[in-house]
Formats: sequence, structure tokens, C-alpha cells
Amino acid sequence: MKSRGLMIYAVVYLLFLYAPVLLLPMFAFNDSTIIAFPLTGFTTDWFSELRNTPALHTAVKNSVFIAVISAVLATLLGICAARAATKFDFPAKRGVMGFIMLPLVLPEIIVAVSLLVVMVQVLNLPLTNWSVIAAHVLICTPFSIAILNGAFQNIDGALEEAAMDLGETRWSTFRLVTFPLVMPGIISSLLISFTISLDEFIIAFFMTGANPTMPVYIWGLLRFPSKLPAVMALGTILVVLSIALLILAEFFRRRGLRRAGLKDTGGFL
Amino acid sequence: MTKPLIQLKNVTKNYGDVQALRGIDLTINEGEFFSLLGPSGCGKTTLLRTIAGFEDVSGGTVMISDKDMANVPANKRPTNMVFQSYAIFPHLSVAENVGFGLRKSQMSKVEKNAAVDQALSMVGLDGYGSRAAHALSGGQRQRVALARALILKPKVLLLDEPLSALDKKLREQMQAELRNLQRQVGITFILVTHDQEEALIMSDRIAVMFDGEIAQLADPQTLYRRPNSRQVADFIGVMNFLPATVTSVGDTVTAHVDGLGAVSLSGDQFAKDVQTGTAHVGIRPETMSILQESDTGGANVTAAVVEDRAYYGDMTYYDVRLDGGDHIITISMKNLVDRAVLERGEKTRVAWNARALVLFND
Ligand SMILES: Nc1ncnc2c1ncn2[C@@H]1O[C@H](COP(=O)(O)OP(=O)(O)OP(=O)(O)O)[C@@H](O)[C@H]1O
Ligand SMILES: [Mg+2]
Repeated sequence: MKSRGLMIYAVVYLLFLYAPVLLLPMFAFNDSTIIAFPLTGFTTDWFSELRNTPALHTAVKNSVFIAVISAVLATLLGICAARAATKFDFPAKRGVMGFIMLPLVLPEIIVAVSLLVVMVQVLNLPLTNWSVIAAHVLICTPFSIAILNGAFQNIDGALEEAAMDLGETRWSTFRLVTFPLVMPGIISSLLISFTISLDEFIIAFFMTGANPTMPVYIWGLLRFPSKLPAVMALGTILVVLSIALLILAEFFRRRGLRRAGLKDTGGFL
Repeated sequence: MTKPLIQLKNVTKNYGDVQALRGIDLTINEGEFFSLLGPSGCGKTTLLRTIAGFEDVSGGTVMISDKDMANVPANKRPTNMVFQSYAIFPHLSVAENVGFGLRKSQMSKVEKNAAVDQALSMVGLDGYGSRAAHALSGGQRQRVALARALILKPKVLLLDEPLSALDKKLREQMQAELRNLQRQVGITFILVTHDQEEALIMSDRIAVMFDGEIAQLADPQTLYRRPNSRQVADFIGVMNFLPATVTSVGDTVTAHVDGLGAVSLSGDQFAKDVQTGTAHVGIRPETMSILQESDTGGANVTAAVVEDRAYYGDMTYYDVRLDGGDHIITISMKNLVDRAVLERGEKTRVAWNARALVLFND
């Protein structure tokens, strides 16, 4: 009977988790401006409407630009930090690493407000896409480090020594041995940072000036009930894209492990 | 013919408070099969890594071919290493692994491929080139690691316990192969091992290390027959120790040994700094024999009682108590066809040879 109880728990839990998400595509294809049951009919109008909204396109372009740059920068920083953390001992290593990982658990609203104060009051800089990028790099880097730490730790230190022993320099060893072996981790980090940046709202809301990112734009739309079905359509696309990206990230991570003949020791999925 | 290739002078290495190497002086010759033997943590790997250039020495000098290696990094030293974990690059094929060190050489692609094929065939892996590296067995990995290191024709091949991960049968096979390979290529091999049998089988010379120091450096026979301390004797094979009193010192040394009586020792059986007083005498189990009733025995025969015995098929190990002493010693006997195996409690006689004794000062 115990397994029965667990079963019910699992089903309820999954419903709670995913039912709201399932509502998105339902209403995205529903032929009515009112978000309510019963469903009235099938339409793809809301998706067409998305196609004919230039403001949305600008927002998406902003978001993708920010997400790509943030993912690349966060991953670069992540590579350096993870490499340093796994390979070298330096004073106060645990403390330093702890502080780098802190944004992982810091409330975003705190990060957002303090960054805004620094940008506007202290540095007196204009709010552009780059201010959002700076903030997103801050919150993506810990994820990147977490992923890459695992990737670097999986590498047997003797491999790098073997490459040096066979005549390679430090740099060419990194390029020929270390880099290919952490490649799956790098791809995984890029994709996850991209996803985080793409749908991050609070910080973007504080840090955007005249050019909103997609989540900020969507939030703006919510004030107009007539736009709600279009938001649902957009949400549907985003959910599908996010899932696809995460699956891709996990695929690369596992393929990397398999190639290196290693055991799976976790990961995000 | 023996030309020094590697010279270590007073090499020390500290890790914080840990002294991993305490003043190592060592000369290793060209074409030699040299082993570093010692218990876990005695500094064997550290010593090997200072020669390879993976560790900077804390003091002293490492010279290879009369050149000081102090400022020569690992990738510029004429040494190659076979790692304990083999360190096969998992993302490359077998051929790419073996050819890794040729990347910077001036050879053409065809020449490189030929060199890889030759190296693979040398270790008995013909046709394995296109295999994925992580799909190899332990023994095959070991061979790939060897081929990869040897393809560069180093002056010295360093091997850190290369056989410890293999099962007994494969290990014995690889010991023979490795020895043959060394004779064939003529490169100096430095082997780290904690397996005394392996060191005895394979080496021209062996350095026994304890606690960051070389306790004895000798060829296998000397090391086995004439260990220079009880510690070394105990580490290599089995040795019985009997308390003794040294009565006179000179060209020959006389001593009174518990259970054996007065003995006279000559030449290499004692250390130069021997003094009168208490000491120990060592004797290997196989240098003594349990006599049958019909045997007359030689000059030295002592009555004894069998306290215990262990039958191994080819051998029997007896624990016997010598008359006139309260020490139990082990004697090993071949189980020949017409030789009876004695039982516990039987009285017998033990024959021994004074030339087999070694005197230890401590
Ligand atoms: N990187 C290091 N940092 C600190 N101490 C070390 C380091 N490497 C080795 N040591 C210490 O130095 C000593 C010698 O180590 P080493 O690895 O050379 O021993 P070993 O003879 O190879 O032993 P084993 O047979 O177990 O491999 C040990 O006490 C070890 O703890
Ligand atoms: Mg070791």
C-alpha cells in the first residue's frame, strides 16, 4: 500500500508542477480572447498576431543578444574559475569560491536593486542592453561554474601531465586535451546560461532602459486583457524552446561522459 | 660500458612539513633496467616525478646526460613516462594516442603513420589503431601507454607501478614482455614498484627506499643474499633473524648465534663498521634443510623440533625450534619424490651453511 501512496503523491505533484504549463498551449490555440473554459475552437491567429508585432520582435532581438553575450561571458568566466578551483590551491580558496557562488542563492530583487543603485547613482551610466548583460553574467556565472567544476573534476590530472610529458606546452595541453574533454560541459554551460538569461525578469525589469527584453515586454502586455491569448502563444513557444535547449544541454553532457568513458555523477537533469 | 645517464645529488623534496625525499644520491646508467622499490609512501613516485620534471626539487640537483635539469620543464626533458593510471586520452583513438607525441616532429604524415604502426606492433597491438581508447582492457591500455611513450625514443622511460592494476597472470606475462622490450630498445627504464618479486625479476639494479631515503642500492642477487639492514632483509622475501653476540672483529668476524652456536663470518657477510657486542644474524629459509634420518648432513647440523608446518604442494614450510635456543625459525623444503613431510612435534636435524648467514649491526 505504501507504493500506492507514493504513486498518488507523484501524480499530484506532477499535476501541480505541469498543469499550469499545459494551460499555455490550450489557450494559445483557443479561438477566444477570454481565457476561460470551455474552449471554443481552434485557431492559430494568436501566433500570427505575434508575427505582426514589431515591438515584440525588438524585444526578442534584445533578449537573444543579451542571452548570447551573457552566456559566452559567463561561460568564459566559469572556465577560468572552475579551472582555478580544481587545479590550484590558493589562499582562502573556499571563501573566494563561496562568494562567487553566492548569487545562486541571493534573492534576485536584492541583486537587481543594488546593481541599479551602482549603475545609476554611483557610476552614473545609462541603462542599456549592456547593463542587463553585466547583471546576467553575474547570475549565470555560478551556474556555469557549477557545471564546469564537475567537468574539470572528471579529468584525471595525469592526462594533462601525460600531454606535457609528450612534449606539449601548458597551453597546447589545454587546447588538445583539457578543452576537448570539458567541451560537453562548456556547451551545457552555454545553453543553460542562455536559457537563464533569456527568461530572467526581475533584474531585466530593473536594468532595462528604453529597450525591454522579452520577459519585460510580456509583463507589459499583461495589462491589456485582449493581448492575453498572444502572451499564451508566446509562452508556448518559450516553453518548447526552453525544454529543447535543456534536453540539448543534457545530451551533450551525457555524450561527453560516454566518450570519455566516465560514469554519470549528476548534472541538472 | 656503463655510462652514467641520470645523476641525482642530494635531492630533497618537501611538501610542507612532509619530507618526501631526504637527500637522495643516485646514479643510473645508460641502458639499465633500474627499479625503485619500497613500501607505500616512501617517496618512490616523488623521486620519479622529480626526474620527469613534474615536481621541482626542494634541494639538490637532477642531471640527465650531464645537463642540469633545474630549469628544464617536463616537456623538454628526454624522459617519457608510463603513468600508474596509464593516462590514455579518452577522446582519441588508439593510433592518435600513440602518435600524440609526434605532433611537433618534422615527419611527414606517412612517416608518422608508419611510426605509429611500428610502435603498436612492438607492444603486440597490430591493427588496434582505430579502436576507441576507452574501449580497451587494462592490459591493452598498458601497452598503448608504453607504445605512446616509446615512440619518442626517449633516453629514459619512467614507469610508475605500471603493472599494479593487472591481475596476477597478466602481470607475470607483462613483466617478461617489459624486460624483453627493454633489452630490445636499449633505453634506460626506471620502474617504480612496491612488489619485491617484480623488482628482483626485472631489474639490473634496485634501490630500496624507506621514508624518503635509499636504504640499499644493489643488484638483485646482492640485495637478496646480502641485505645491509634488517629492514631491507625483511622487505625482500622472508628472512629468519637470530640474536647473536659478536665476539671478535677482524678480517673474519666470529659470533655466537642463538641456536646455531659459534660461527665465523667472512668478507661480505658483515658491514665494515661491525663492532663486538649484541647483534642479529639473518638466514633465508631456503638455505637451510631439514635432514632425513639417513642424511649425514654437512659441517653444521643442529637438532630441532617441528613446531608447525604448511604444505604448499611444491614446497613445505616448517617452523622449527632449534635445540639450545628458544627461537622458532622458518625453513622451506622442496617436496621431492622420496622425501617425507614431517609432522608437528617430530624431532629432526637441521643443516645450515655458515656462508648463508648475514650479520646485522642492529
Ligand atoms: N602533492 C603532495 N602533497 C603533499 N604530500 C605529498 C604529495 N605527494 C606526495 N606526498 C607525500 O610524500 C610522501 C611520498 O609520497 P609518494 O607518492 O612519493 O610515495 P610512494 O612511494 O609513491 O607511495 P605509493 O607506493 O603509495 O605510491 C608521502 O608521505 C605522501 O603523503
Ligand atoms: Mg606511488
